[in-house]
Amino acid sequence: MHELSIAMSIVDLAQQEAEQRGVRINAVHLKLGALSGIVKESLIASYEMASFDTPLKQSRLVIEEVPVVIFCLVCKVECELSTIQMFCCSQCGAPSSEIVRGRELEVTALEVQS
Amino acid sequence: MMQEPRLIEVRKNVLKQNDHIARALREQFRNAGVFVVSLVSSPGSGKTAFLEKILTILREHYRVAALVGDLATENDALRLARSHAPVRQITTGTLCHLEAAMVQRSLDEWDLNQLDFLFIENVGNLVCPSSYDLGENLRLVLLSVTEGEDKPLKYPTIFNSADVAIFTKTDLAEAVEFDASAALANIQAVRPGMDVFSISAKTGAGMPQFLEFLAARLAEMREAVAF
Repeated sequence: MHELSIAMSIVDLAQQEAEQRGVRINAVHLKLGALSGIVKESLIASYEMASFDTPLKQSRLVIEEVPVVIFCLVCKVECELSTIQMFCCSQCGAPSSEIVRGRELEVTALEVQS
Repeated sequence: MMQEPRLIEVRKNVLKQNDHIARALREQFRNAGVFVVSLVSSPGSGKTAFLEKILTILREHYRVAALVGDLATENDALRLARSHAPVRQITTGTLCHLEAAMVQRSLDEWDLNQLDFLFIENVGNLVCPSSYDLGENLRLVLLSVTEGEDKPLKYPTIFNSADVAIFTKTDLAEAVEFDASAALANIQAVRPGMDVFSISAKTGAGMPQFLEFLAARLAEMREAVAF
């Protein structure tokens, strides 16, 4: 529901970078955590709308989905969750709220042409 | 001739502007010694009734105020005004959540040093508010017994972003056959270790325990600031 305002922020951010560097953007690379609260498909559709009528009109949004990784306090290891409905260590089953990754909403790179 | 495309690294948090304002707010709240509690839930889960009750009781011993977000009406602010605590409305128009900048604007001319507790009632929505830090000390997620025990599994992100869960309308629990232990298990699955309180704003049941918890958190925060 709030993907459009997020998409507009992404376009603004990328456009600022492009202007500073004097480049044209082909694609924006984004890391999207499973706990970001953002739906990938909806964000891609919103990006098309948000970039329309801007220099980023023809650009693509390339999303890398980041699963949630917790730290198990019992096994002392990081553990990737297969679902965000169960915050448990896959080895020993101990619950953990120590989130290492999975909240990302970050522009990581720009694919550009001079 | 066109050059080959190349990749340049940027690493920029998309919500950096909101997070930046939220950090400034948190610092401002800390310096003023005010403990800030935000409330998120689905529409109709009883945020306003809960808040009205809390403001009314807390007002006897503490200086309290509330900001309340709503898409279109001022009904909630009018209801909360019955508690005689200072209340301000943030009308978001069509926006489905509050952002830190809205909170910041709404605080204009309010002397935070004159407050012990500030409550921020978010727009009724279990999806969008999860992404936005408002600078609060404590985020409550409310779940009314009429909504079903599996809400935490349906909306894990918002439950994970919150610090405390509250079962509301517990006076109706029997009528709707609310399975508290199933709901608790679901909360622990998506947010292990989360504190949970059961409250009825109508009868007042469970309210003292929660108020005690809030008072302890305020004292804790002030002690930390003093050091």
